This record gives sequence, structure tokens and C-alpha cells, in this order.
Amino acid sequence: MTLAPEADVPQTAGDVVGQTFLPRYDDDAAPVVPRSSLGRLTADEKFVRIGSVVSGLALAWLITQRLLPLEGLPWFVIVAFACTLAVTWVTAAMTDGAVHARDRLAATVMTTGAALVGIVLVSAVVFVAVKGWGALTHLNFFTDDMSGVGPKDGFDQGGVLHAVIGSLIQVGIAVAITLPLGIGTAVFMTEVPGRFAKIVRTVVEAMTALPSIVAGLFIYTVFIVALGYPRSGLAAGLAISVMMLPIIARASDVVLRVVPGGLREASLALGASRWRTVWHVVLPTARPGLATACILGIARGIGETSPVLLTSGNAQFVVVNPTDGVMNSLPLFVYSLVRTGEPNAVARAFAGATVLLAVVMVLFVTARLIARPKRTKTPRRTRRPAVDVVMADPLVEMGPVAPPARTEENP
Amino acid sequence: MTTLPIQDASAAEAAPRKISRKATGADKVFVSSIRVVGSVVLVITGGVGVFLGWQALPTLRHYGFGFFTESAWQPEADVLGIAAVLTGTLMVALVAMSIAFPLALITALYISEYAPARLRSLLVSLVDLMAAVPSIIWGLWGSYLIMEHAAGLAMWLDRNLGFIPFFEVKDADPNAAVPMLSRYSFSMFVAGIAVAMMVLPMACAVMRQVFSQTPQGEKEAALALGATRWGMVRSVVIPFGRGGIIGGAMLGLGRALGETIAVLLILSPSFEVKPRILEIGGNTVSALIAGRFGDASSSQLSALLAAGFVLFLITLVVNTIAATIVNRSRSGAGTDA
Repeated sequence: MTLAPEADVPQTAGDVVGQTFLPRYDDDAAPVVPRSSLGRLTADEKFVRIGSVVSGLALAWLITQRLLPLEGLPWFVIVAFACTLAVTWVTAAMTDGAVHARDRLAATVMTTGAALVGIVLVSAVVFVAVKGWGALTHLNFFTDDMSGVGPKDGFDQGGVLHAVIGSLIQVGIAVAITLPLGIGTAVFMTEVPGRFAKIVRTVVEAMTALPSIVAGLFIYTVFIVALGYPRSGLAAGLAISVMMLPIIARASDVVLRVVPGGLREASLALGASRWRTVWHVVLPTARPGLATACILGIARGIGETSPVLLTSGNAQFVVVNPTDGVMNSLPLFVYSLVRTGEPNAVARAFAGATVLLAVVMVLFVTARLIARPKRTKTPRRTRRPAVDVVMADPLVEMGPVAPPARTEENP
Repeated sequence: MTTLPIQDASAAEAAPRKISRKATGADKVFVSSIRVVGSVVLVITGGVGVFLGWQALPTLRHYGFGFFTESAWQPEADVLGIAAVLTGTLMVALVAMSIAFPLALITALYISEYAPARLRSLLVSLVDLMAAVPSIIWGLWGSYLIMEHAAGLAMWLDRNLGFIPFFEVKDADPNAAVPMLSRYSFSMFVAGIAVAMMVLPMACAVMRQVFSQTPQGEKEAALALGATRWGMVRSVVIPFGRGGIIGGAMLGLGRALGETIAVLLILSPSFEVKPRILEIGGNTVSALIAGRFGDASSSQLSALLAAGFVLFLITLVVNTIAATIVNRSRSGAGTDA
């Protein structure tokens, strides 16, 4: 029990023995009931929270559509956000103090902000698919190329086949170059430490900052202008390689660096040579992480337009030989068709973008499935190993970020 | 049964083995071959940087410091400089960051602190998926879905906040009966929105990762002391993740500076140094390269390479600062573990 001495208590209380004070209400004391913000929400609170958002949306509709001349989607979003916050504050302040109202307000900001980002992502995917639907429903879109098809022609002619083939070939070239070099460099940087490895790491890290257009311009200048080769799929593949190489080397380096040193030492202590250790211990341990790193690097390479724009030319027909003149690829197909401005061509571009998005998503989901930790039969609450190779998210590591530190709690 | 090792009396005096750290046999081949791979990659990646700098030299020597102050790009008249495109790049990146930074921070905090535990890994995957969405998709999204809405908003900003130079739009009357929406489209503002969606997931991923490393004990201590969830976030998670917040944002900035295709799709090129982000026109270094490489003579190509080199240097500085900040913020992460 809190005993709060009053100021007006007679201080000359020498003759008074055993004075008792009445407890005074303390504003700062913890509440008698558990705080509402922690633990599971009661039905009442759930209703208040959802109700605040709903009434915020309703108020926003009323204000933007009926009361004020604020037309258009952005105003609805802005006003809805403000109204939701206001209603949240009022409902929270009705039952709790300012501290809790602020807590509730912060929770609403977080939730609505994250929801907005989610809506943006969904809107982009759905918008592209809907705009391209007209062309996507024609089967010839997937089996035909664009030779002899004008921008105004209907959807029953022409297709994306040449762009898909071109993209696959170019990315294939890039993968054939960057995968061995990138992973080899990562192995070098982690397994043969020294001054030289440090230099390599610094340079590779620095080159992840290379804008993709500059990578394209480099190949354009060297390969096409200086050496005089024509624009071709090979040049495009090289441009993508220049862009992807630092990314894959860096991501693989990060993945390899979190392989527990104990595994390496155990293997060496058992008498394995260094390359056997790398081949049989380090690389298998890091396999899921490496696969993720590579697939995400590929996804990045396949979607990048700017290096291809400068180097591959723009063929309208299926080209299989990468050294044989101009070629096309999915991003370039989309870009060049959008630039024509013809409604049919733009719709076709959106269909191509949908195909591109689908390819990237398939790659992405594959990467996630490979990287997913294997489900063991032991109860789910078992602790993960202290260092989880999968945890090193190569997508984040594409940027200049050090490997994640060991943590107990890392989802 | 255990047997004692039989001492071999004839064996030579036991002496410590000579330990050699030199690789022998297959290891020698292995070490030297991956060293070669490392050198090749060093030569390739370093070569790109050196080549860019070397190619940029003649241009920088020819135009001198004027290369950075001249805004026009007229190779026919031998007048070119990157003042306009450089400011354009910075303005687009500024718009993108002012949109992406709060959203990335909020999303990262939501995922790490507020989201239900079951949804968390799904949300993380969604953010990563967003980062993998090709930039041309965001370009299409920006120019066909967002543009008209953004133009309406831009007009309102011009009408009410037009006295601020950022929001001013020249040659357009926002109060006209039939306003010229085209003056408000194809602007750096719209391009910035599209670029923001590209850099947001990247910044968000870094921030979330740093937040998720907040020591659990400190979080629980804050809650046990009576903090609300927001109080806990404000007093523990955000201070702990400050390095990650700044670093993630700068990493996003590095990406925003080099973004090409979305800008190329949205922005209508103009060579003018201007802060008026809502107005039609503008240019960035990468869009300049993409737009001008085709008809470039060798001297103009060198100028484009110089522009690309400057862009690369800026991105490099931004990324290096970001990496330093993020790494420093993590160095003390495991102290209480």
C-alpha cells in the first residue's frame, strides 16, 4: 500500500505516536487491472479498434464526397487516415488516459501504414494484370512473336514468345558467367582470408553501388562502340552479368560467412583437406542460402530494363543465337511497346509485364521454398540452431549490410 | 578391454611436429585456383570503375568545372553539363525518400512489433517480394495508375501552397475553369512516387532486420516497468535500431539515385535547374544516359560516361556511409546475450 505523507501533516509530531495516513490516489501508479495494450485483445477492444477504422473510412467518404470539394483517390486516403486517427484518439481517451490513447494512436498508425504499403503492392500487381488481360486471354500471345505485327493490330496476332526466349537466353548467359565467378569469389573471400581478400571484398562491395544503367553503358561503350560488335543477346547478357556479379558475390559472401566456424574446424580436425572441407561441409551447409542468393539475383537481373535497353537491340522475331544480332527481352518488350502509345500496344505491354511479374514471382517463391528451414518431427517449439544460415536473408544482403548477428529471437 | 599403447623404444625421440600452414597437394591447387577466381572478379569489377573514371577524364578536362554548373545538354553546340540532371536526380530521390522513409519505418515497426506472430514471416516475404518486383512494373504503375491522381493532388498543392518554391507550377493557373492537368503530370513528383515504391521494401527490410535484433530482455524490462507497447517501441526499439533506420534509409537513397526505367517512363525530359517538383519535366542522370546513348558521338559518349561516373561516385559514397552506420549499430548487438 502506498503511504503518501501529506504536506499538511503536523511536523512537530513528537507527541503523536503511530500516525496513519490515508492512501492518496497516485496518478503514476500502475492500474489495478492489466493494461489493455498487452496480451490478447478482448472482444470489446477489438470492436473499438475495428470500429474506429470503419468510422474513419465512413467519415472520409462523407467529407470528401459530400461536404468538401476534395475529389479523387488521394484525398480519400489522406482524409480517411486523419479521420481514423481522430476517432481512435477519441475512443481511446474515453476509456483510458493520454498515455494509452497515444499507444492506441501509434498502433493505428503502424497498422494503417503497413496496410497502405500492402495495398500499393496488391494494386500494382492487380493493375498490371487487369490492364493486360485482353492480350493475355489470347493463346497466341504465348506462342507467337511480334514479326510483322504493327502496334495497332489486334490481340489475335503477335505475342511475347521471342521476348521470353530472349530473356531466358540473356539471363542464362549472365548466370553462366556470374554464378561460378560470384560463388568462387565468395569462397575465396571467406576461406582464404588475408589482405588480398580484403581488397577484393572492398571492391566488390563498392561495385554493388553501380547503377544498372551505368553497367549497360559500360558494355555499350566497350563491347559495341570500341570493339565494334553488333548489338546482340550476348552483349545484353554481359551487361546483366556486370550488374549481377557484385550482387551475387556479395550475397554469397554473407551467406558463407555465417556458416559456423565449428563445422569447418571439426572437418579440418578430422583430417579433411581444405578443399574437401569447402566442398563437403561449407557449401552444403550454405546451400539453401546460396540458392536463395542466386535466385534472387536472377530475379533482379531478369527484371532490370536499363542494361538491356542499351545493349540488346529490339528484335521483333524469335532469335535463338545470342551472337546473331539484335534480340529482345521481356522488360525491353514492355518498354518499347509502352513507348508507342497505341492502346493495343500498351495493353500488350501490360500483358508482357504480367508475364515478367509471373516469372519473377515463380523465381521468388522457389527461392523461399528452398530457403525454408526443414520441418523436423520434433515439437515446433524446439530452438533453432544458434546460427541459422537461412536467416541470412540474401535479399537484404544485396545491399552493403553485414551478416546478421546471432540472436535468440529472429523470425 | 583397454590396451595400453605399447611404447616403441626404438622410436625416435618424441619431438613436436613441424607445423606448416602452407597448403599442399590438392589444397594448393584449390587455394591458387580460387585466388585466380577472386582476382578475375577483382579485375572485372574494379575494371568497370577504373574504366569509367578513365573515360570520364577527357570530358572533365575539356569542360572543366563547368561540367558541374552547366545545365544544358547540347553536344552540337559543345555546351553540356550535368547541373540540371544532377539536381533532377537529387529532387526525385528526395521526393522518393520523403515518401518511402516514413512508410518503410512504419512497416518495419509493424512487422517486428505489432503484427501477429503467425503473419510475421508472410509479411517479411511480401516485403521481399515487393523488392523483387521489376522497376518497369513500378514505372507502369506510376504512369498509368498514379499519374492522374497525383496530378490532381499536385494542382491542389499548387493552388494552396504555391508560394513555396517546391510546389509552384509555372505557366499554369490552378484556379482556371478547365485546368491544364498536363502541366501537373509527367513531373518529378510522380516519378518520385514510383521510385519510392522501389526503395521502400529495401529500406524496410534493413530496418526490420535491425529491429528484430533488439535484445528481448530490454523490451521485456520496458514492459515490466509499465511502458505501453508504444512506450516500449519508442524507448527501446527505435533507439536500438537508430543505426538501422538511418542506414536503411541511405541504402534506399542509393537505390533511388540510380533508378532509370521508371523515371524514363514517367518524366518528360527537360534541362532546367528547378526546384518545382510538381511541374512537368525534369531529368535524372540515368534517364539522360538511357535517352541519349543511341545518337551519341564518341565525345558525347565520354560525357555520358562522365555523368554515369559522377552518379556512381555519389551512390558509392551514400552506400558506404549507410554500410558504416548499419555495421556500427550492430556491433554492440550481442552484448547481453
